[in-house]
Amino acid sequence: MSNELYNDGPVVHKPTFIDGTSVEIPELKILQQDGTVYEGSDMPDIDEALAVKVYKTFAFHRVLDERMVASQRQGRLSFYMAALGEEAASIGGAAGLKPQDMIMSQYREQGALMFRGFSLENFMNQMFSNDKDLGKGRQMPIHYGSKELNYMTISSPLGTQIPQATGYAYGQKLQGLDAVTLCYFGEGAASEGDFHAGLNMAAVQEAPVIFFCRNNGYAISTPADEQFKGNGIASRGVGYGIKTLRVDGNDILAVVKATQIARAYALKENAPVLIEAMSYRLGAHSTSDDPSGYRTREEEQKWQANDPIVRMKNWMLAQNWWDEAQETALYEKLREKVLAAVKVAEKIEKPHIDTLISDVYDVPSAQLTAQLEQVKTHINKYPEAYPFTAGKF
Amino acid sequence: MAQMNMLHAINNALDIAMDEDESTLCFGEDVGHFGGVFRATSGLQDKYGKMRCFNTPLVEQGIIGFANGLAAQGSRPIAEIQFADYIFPAFDQIVNEAAKFRYRSGNEFDVGKLTIRSPYGGGIAGGLYHSQSPEAYFAHTPGLKIIIPRNPYQAKGLLLASIRDDNPVLFFEPKRLYRASVGEVPTEDYQLPLGKAEIVQTGSDITLLAWGAQMEILQKAADLAANDGISCEVIDLRSILPWDVDTIANSVIKTGRLLVTQEAPLTAGFASEIAATIQQECFLHLESPVERVCGLDTPYPLALEKEYVADHLKIYEAIKRSVNY
Repeated sequence: MSNELYNDGPVVHKPTFIDGTSVEIPELKILQQDGTVYEGSDMPDIDEALAVKVYKTFAFHRVLDERMVASQRQGRLSFYMAALGEEAASIGGAAGLKPQDMIMSQYREQGALMFRGFSLENFMNQMFSNDKDLGKGRQMPIHYGSKELNYMTISSPLGTQIPQATGYAYGQKLQGLDAVTLCYFGEGAASEGDFHAGLNMAAVQEAPVIFFCRNNGYAISTPADEQFKGNGIASRGVGYGIKTLRVDGNDILAVVKATQIARAYALKENAPVLIEAMSYRLGAHSTSDDPSGYRTREEEQKWQANDPIVRMKNWMLAQNWWDEAQETALYEKLREKVLAAVKVAEKIEKPHIDTLISDVYDVPSAQLTAQLEQVKTHINKYPEAYPFTAGKF
Repeated sequence: MAQMNMLHAINNALDIAMDEDESTLCFGEDVGHFGGVFRATSGLQDKYGKMRCFNTPLVEQGIIGFANGLAAQGSRPIAEIQFADYIFPAFDQIVNEAAKFRYRSGNEFDVGKLTIRSPYGGGIAGGLYHSQSPEAYFAHTPGLKIIIPRNPYQAKGLLLASIRDDNPVLFFEPKRLYRASVGEVPTEDYQLPLGKAEIVQTGSDITLLAWGAQMEILQKAADLAANDGISCEVIDLRSILPWDVDTIANSVIKTGRLLVTQEAPLTAGFASEIAATIQQECFLHLESPVERVCGLDTPYPLALEKEYVADHLKIYEAIKRSVNY
């Protein structure tokens, strides 16, 4: 009788409620905002080369977000989602993994893909839905993916990647690979049924998956206290029988440390880990959103003082791994490169008309082939109405 | 060759698939040691171990989400949904995820190795939650293949083809026939083609079309009509998506009449899609309107199941209506 496993509490003879306060959740903090490390901290495995790589990824992230939001405002791009203020969660997560580990993300973790080395051109081609987009111009901007970089293509429906990550990790285990899967999602997405499904199955099926929740306080306009009443997302891990860590999401060293030990544990024990990174979405949900309608400037200012990049920079300066001259030069160069890349990507042609039906199946069905022929005949009849494709097939 | 019922044939196909490829897995609710509530996965855990054949928690969206992840990773998952009536919590994972995985990633990733098995259909006194035929919901989703076998021989050959096909396949099994349908089945490996209908009886007066458990009832109606001197061409569609327009259209061009029968309710069922396509393809050859003999537009009943279903007598009447139009 497996039910006997649970009976480790005291027997009582009067009803006694338990609640969230029965479990105290510690929050891992290593780096202070002034760049000094808390005394007695367990440092992550990070050397100068890794630290510089992480820091440069931060800079790339800030510049790309800034330029792409501007491009959207100028009408050059349809849509964008920035990750201002919470970049440490995505970049630190990727920095704590090995390249062979799969990352399955939501939509605000472009930092992880940048860390993996997705090129500026690839970012641009995806956002401009052009002929060179790996995704063939089929998804809205920011839905990146790369098989080569073990970064699963993003899908808009929230939380769907969570049980998929469990399955992916189970396959890695079955094949005896030195690899885990890390799955990002927000605290809002954790309300989806797929969250429960994915975590429970990972615990039961013993899958080496790291569930990484970015608790940034908001799901579009809905604050976390209107999303759930429990002690954050971390408290749920305990309920599923999953080893759980809460970490300061703006503390790059704490995020890297948490991910490194989560990876080691998941791989060694063939078991999932849940990380909840506490942060704040300083920017809007997307370029279609305006946060001034649902939160105060004071609240935002409080979190601006916790900027994860400033915190890391202070530490880098103290280590003598970075200086102000490098900083100025890096940002200047990045801004130039991003601007130039926008100009190139927006001029590349749209995908070929044949991609309208490819990849629906491994081979297009007879019906699909016939439908494409009908479309082509129609375009040839009214070429001026279809300028992207007319005369190009 | 051996005498097998449909469950034996399915179990035999799963055994062959798990034996030939170590990355093939079977899982679902009660699928492990117990072998599934219908015993389709009987003995597989003993033979291939708990890592490859196992129980899952009771969470359909999780089962298919998990299967999608496995397939994307390169494994070959065969997921069981215990009853097709309970597939709907997994609708998002099937329709928004599995079906669009390859397309949305530009072929960077796919879940082509995924097969979902699920018993469907009525005739077992199962009422509204153990009798549904949900194929039309999924037929509206590009990227899926949908297969429904009519007997043990078809079940084994089509299931092996589905498991090996490089697209996500929904394989609906007519549970009324699980033990009722018995026939000669080769013990060795073989496949039957996906996307191809089969003409099971040639005729000249009317084309009768169905799939799955409805084939047996259709044949009974064709036999009744034969007594009246009506020559029926009987076709098993087998693949709902993509479906074999040419075989049906060629038959209707020859007979001039079409009757389609399905267990599911009439409105927006797959029979409606077939009727629309055939009137387009065969308009000048049609001697009468396309007949659809289907369930009523109600939930599946219990006490009045006999009155509800598209039985052989309702089909027989529709055949005469069409021929005498």
